[in-house]
Amino acid sequence: MKRRVFTALLVGSVAGGTVRLLAAETGKEVSVAASKFEFTPDTVKAKVGAPLTLVLTSLDRIHGFKMPEFGVRTDIIPDKETRLTITPTKPGSFTFFCDVFCGDGHEEMAGTLVVEA
Amino acid sequence: MHHSDRRQFLKLAGLAGVTFTAGLFPQRQAEAQASDFHFVQFSDTHWGYKGAANPDAEHTLEKAVATVNGLATKPDFIVFTGDLTHTTDDGKLRRERMKRFKEIVSALAVKDVRFMPGEHDASLDKGEAFQEFFGATHWTFDHKGVHFIALDNVSDPAAKLGDEQLAWLAADLKQRKPDDRIVVFTHRPLFDLVPNWDWATADGAKAIELLMPYENVVVFYGHIHQEHHHMTGHIAHHAAKSLIFPQATPGDAPKRPPPPPFDASLKPLGTRDVAMGKAVTITELPVTKA
Repeated sequence: MKRRVFTALLVGSVAGGTVRLLAAETGKEVSVAASKFEFTPDTVKAKVGAPLTLVLTSLDRIHGFKMPEFGVRTDIIPDKETRLTITPTKPGSFTFFCDVFCGDGHEEMAGTLVVEA
Repeated sequence: MHHSDRRQFLKLAGLAGVTFTAGLFPQRQAEAQASDFHFVQFSDTHWGYKGAANPDAEHTLEKAVATVNGLATKPDFIVFTGDLTHTTDDGKLRRERMKRFKEIVSALAVKDVRFMPGEHDASLDKGEAFQEFFGATHWTFDHKGVHFIALDNVSDPAAKLGDEQLAWLAADLKQRKPDDRIVVFTHRPLFDLVPNWDWATADGAKAIELLMPYENVVVFYGHIHQEHHHMTGHIAHHAAKSLIFPQATPGDAPKRPPPPPFDASLKPLGTRDVAMGKAVTITELPVTKA
């Protein structure tokens, strides 16, 4: 599959931690595939203070990835990798979900980031 | 008509549900009764849905039409605040559902009926099929001294109003006086009701900012399939029940749960009567007709 790296830059501090899109400190990488109507895997683990890069791809159509507690969202476009780096600052479970309506089942397309101390 | 009179006629018609009176339009106390009227809001009919969340889905809309036709006093108009049909990837089936929906609601005794899209109608084709059947996705009209504005926060699948529509809204509001009575219809909540459930509008805060200078604004919306009332400053937001299945209570779980088991005894489905006067009186109308 032809892939291009989606480049964008977003750096900031929000409730759940700091957020970077395509940053130098990428740390651990976890691939997350979006398809109607699920994220695979739908649970991702991270540690407080450790950068985590989510490598987001879509297997079928445009989806969204939104995690309000981290103040971040991005489109996930087929044939592209979207890399999102976050550095959690507190433990807990944080919901992420698709915010681009994708059909009957869209409402259930969600996952959890589990941040351990 | 006085509010007590309205409650009385609904009671006599055997239709009275919970009545919610909000002290809205505070700047218009003195002139209220002369322009009193009422309208009915339908929302989230999801025609075409089949599933356990509503075992009577094929008949609920017809029952709601019969309920509203049974009101002792006809409303001045009826508005449908989106998700007229249940979504499908098949554009042909989407149009068949819209056609059948239109046939069913043509039985409404009131002929001034206005339609808005929900994401199930419009997000997969950016409102193309909806416009073929129902016309524009955002519009305004004036009725008996009240200015009504319908905003489309669903034709963009990312749940945005968009800069173009926001500019249209700003231009419309510039023609209003600060104390004009303004009613806004949307499908999704304009405010962040539950961000983790995506019960919000991505750029809804911009619309609220545009509305904020106006003293008498109230918003009616759908999407969340239950009665809900919220204030952003002096602007009231009232969510309506659906006509297909209830949704979970806002914020009850970290992730949005599936619809709760259908319990008819809770009267989870219905329309609502909205009386406009010096206050806005909302009377829920459970689906009752067999």
